[in-house]
Amino acid sequence: MTDHQGTLVPFDDVLASYDPALGLEVHVELNTLTKMFCGCPTEFGAAPNTQVCPTCLGLPGSMPVVNGKAVESAIRIGLALNCEIAEWCRFARKNYFYPDMPKNFQTSQYDEPICFEGFMDVDVDGETFRVEIERAHMEEDTGKSLHVGGATGRIHGADYSLVDYNRAGIPLIEIVTKPITGAGAKAPDVARAYVAQLRDLIIALGVSDARMEQGSIRADVNLSLAPKGSGVLGTRTETKNVNSLRSVERAVRYEMSRHAAVLDGGERILQETRHWHEDTGVTTSGREKSDAEDYRYFPEPDLVPVAPTREWVEELRGTLPENPTAKRARLQAEWGFSDLDMRDTVGAGALLLVEETVAAGASPQAARKWWLGELARRANDTDAAIDALGVTPADVAAVQRLVDAKTINDKLARSVFEGLYAGEGTPEQIVERRGLAVVSDDGALSAAVDNAIAANPDVADKIRDGKVAAAGALIGAVMKEMRGQADAGRVRELILEKLT
Amino acid sequence: MSNDWTRRTAAELAEALAAGEVTSVELTRAHLDRIAAVDGDATSGIHAFLHVDTEGALAQAAASDERRAGGTPLHPLDGVPIAVKDVLTTKGLPTTCGSKILEGWVPPYDATVVRRLKAAGLPILGKTNMDEFAMGSSTEHSAYGPTRNPWDQTRIPGGSGGGSAAAVASFEAPFAIGTDTGGSIRQPGAVTGTVGVKPTYGAVSRYGLIALANSLDQAGPVTRTVLDAALLQELIGGHDPLDSTSVDQPLPSLVDAARQGATGDLTGVRIGVVSEMSGEGWQPGVMARFQESVDLLVKAGAEVVEVSCPSFVHALATYYLILPAECSSNLAKFDAMRYGLRVVPDGNPSAEDVMRATRDAGFGDEVKRRIILGTYALSSGYYDAYYGQAQKVRTLISRDFEAAFERVDVLVSPTAPTTAFELGEKLDDPLAMYLNDLATIPANLAGTPGISVPAGLAEEDGLPVGFQILAPALADDRCYRVGAALEALLTAEWGGPLLDRAPALEETR
Repeated sequence: MTDHQGTLVPFDDVLASYDPALGLEVHVELNTLTKMFCGCPTEFGAAPNTQVCPTCLGLPGSMPVVNGKAVESAIRIGLALNCEIAEWCRFARKNYFYPDMPKNFQTSQYDEPICFEGFMDVDVDGETFRVEIERAHMEEDTGKSLHVGGATGRIHGADYSLVDYNRAGIPLIEIVTKPITGAGAKAPDVARAYVAQLRDLIIALGVSDARMEQGSIRADVNLSLAPKGSGVLGTRTETKNVNSLRSVERAVRYEMSRHAAVLDGGERILQETRHWHEDTGVTTSGREKSDAEDYRYFPEPDLVPVAPTREWVEELRGTLPENPTAKRARLQAEWGFSDLDMRDTVGAGALLLVEETVAAGASPQAARKWWLGELARRANDTDAAIDALGVTPADVAAVQRLVDAKTINDKLARSVFEGLYAGEGTPEQIVERRGLAVVSDDGALSAAVDNAIAANPDVADKIRDGKVAAAGALIGAVMKEMRGQADAGRVRELILEKLT
Repeated sequence: MSNDWTRRTAAELAEALAAGEVTSVELTRAHLDRIAAVDGDATSGIHAFLHVDTEGALAQAAASDERRAGGTPLHPLDGVPIAVKDVLTTKGLPTTCGSKILEGWVPPYDATVVRRLKAAGLPILGKTNMDEFAMGSSTEHSAYGPTRNPWDQTRIPGGSGGGSAAAVASFEAPFAIGTDTGGSIRQPGAVTGTVGVKPTYGAVSRYGLIALANSLDQAGPVTRTVLDAALLQELIGGHDPLDSTSVDQPLPSLVDAARQGATGDLTGVRIGVVSEMSGEGWQPGVMARFQESVDLLVKAGAEVVEVSCPSFVHALATYYLILPAECSSNLAKFDAMRYGLRVVPDGNPSAEDVMRATRDAGFGDEVKRRIILGTYALSSGYYDAYYGQAQKVRTLISRDFEAAFERVDVLVSPTAPTTAFELGEKLDDPLAMYLNDLATIPANLAGTPGISVPAGLAEEDGLPVGFQILAPALADDRCYRVGAALEALLTAEWGGPLLDRAPALEETR
């Protein structure tokens, strides 16, 4: 088996013999209202082929016109990545055949990208890596194929294929790093941190939905190994369309081990594209990408050059959000989070959500508690994005307000979240409709406490003997009787009043 | 003036409509009858049309008459019928580009030019024949059979827009739309005795023009008079938000320029004769008519000097690198999967087999030749030597124009080195065919405007000769002014339009 999937070299052993070099190509689907070269809407999830026109279908005679808003987003991304912005650049045709691409060429940028020569400082466990950006260029997305009839959902073995061109022509920005060397054992973490930080930046810029699981951010991971200390670059493989942060890290780790196995076996690495398999955690060979591949690039004659004025670029520079690294440091200080708390928050993709929840009035600790406890767990269980659960930062702040007002307790709050997932209304409405309010009426509580004492004489005796800690068992009994809707603090007070 | 409505110019028809002398339905029907009488088919007759839209044209004419009766014509030309080259998309009307690969395709949208014609109320008679994907100088490369020259039906009508030129020259349409990538409006105009204009690149939208070579293509008028051409260019021209390469500034009035020129006075106009556009290979009868026209312009008060544009000798080679490169990319979309022809070979063919069989059957030899050339010229390792080099020469040609236009207002030459050659004569010799566009190509490479006006008949074969006038970009008005002056002077000498001397056409029906 040429892929050496069965004979992977253990990660630590890889590093004993080789230096890894990383390269990341991240495609960001912009959230413009219309497509890159026509006026068709870009809404996600519309019925197939309902958002198309002669231009994005590539019909004979149709012509592209550049979306100015996409150019603006490209420039803002470039500025945020410390790039130079071209004073004059063009689109080019990248000629190749692809079943989802209606013109059979892609309108992209080649030797004249709009952004070039930038960098991003990436934090990995308190250490900073500078990732150099080679370029960020504009291009259009392709359509999507659905292969019907085969066992695997891939084209091989399918009876026929259906093509949806709704995505054809959606604006993409491709951000390409220079080779990242010197990361050694941290290469997988650097890759993950880079993509995570880039995603945060894109979100802060507001230029994309930035949903990896929907493909609005897609990472291609290039990896090569060179003999340790040789200072050269080895032959690389390109693992396409890795669509989660965890997978970016795993794909790097996997390819390092696989490359080492191939090289240790005295074989050569094929320069090829590879597919990442989320379920099995392996890559498999895609098409071989040799130097013979010839895209026959030439300047797109249907489009005039893009020449952003310096005034406009400076105006856009003024719209940049706070640098995410600096912002993170500021928030950590403001919130008083430990390094670990902060890392977990960022890792869960909840930084912005926590920030907004705090802005909506919750304490940082409370916001963090709900997003990382309840909501991250729910996202994980249901394989959803944490910001796609139907719960907003304002909801979380409202839940916490109800807890603070002792209208509900933490346990009842979980029922409120159940209601929010089910779309039952605002937290206040859910409390009312589900009848979740805590009972703090002393009459009802006192009766329940009396029942609990009567039912648990042994426990009552212990408390009378001064073992106050035993009160928990009685509180539990009261709670059970009250179906959780009792104010635990008040119950405790009543128990102690009655028994001591 | 003849009572036959098909003998009138578009401007005359517009006046007659305005005066209530005729209805749009009457004159649209007159042209449809003429088409039915003389157009014939692939084997006989003029064969200027690939699709005639009798029903549609008459419906548009009836709507025009209603508007006029209500006192609200949309445009001075409202109701004057027109023919459109089959390279422009027409909603609901077949558009084939003269190719089998688009046989039966009915576009779901109108080209901007077509949309503007319809918005102004011009009934569209039909779609005119052309070399396949506009590749050729004779209309013999049409997959649907050649068009014949009304002057001599054994001769070519020029190309690629031979259909539009022949339709106008044979009185099947008062005027027509053509497209000019290397001379496809001007050269057919020259060999059929009609007026052909290539506007400044971008002066007329290319949206809906099925691209041959995007950086060279330009739609423009084919007419019987310079004034008609000016009226038509003003109608179809102007900025189009759907074509970002379209010019976003107003041109000087072309109709005013044509009217000014028609007075026959060219005092103060400096005219440069391009020295590279004569000599070996230039037909003596063509050069003689050209010289007579130059002499007339001098008499009209123009100052004439000889001007050298040394890079023009490389124009043909440059053109035949840039054009195939762009067209190889443009034609990649014809993959048998979504529209047009689909040939499915026997057995259990793969998608690639279907594509191969369809392209083999759907593309003609000339198209295949240029796809291969273009693919080669763009491929890595050859790009710099061919395409890159061609772009540099293109810049030199533009500089030659700029230098020349510092000295003169317009440049002139014969439009084509020869009169119409015989059908089949150059079909097996692509290079000989390419040479026919020698004089027209530089303007496409530089994006500058050019006009061809009839300059009389060559002694040796009695066939029309064209006189070409070139101007700087956006100075299209100069072409119209000088063209109208020459037309006025020549028509006075001839005692009427040149086309009156063309043989009467036999009815084929």
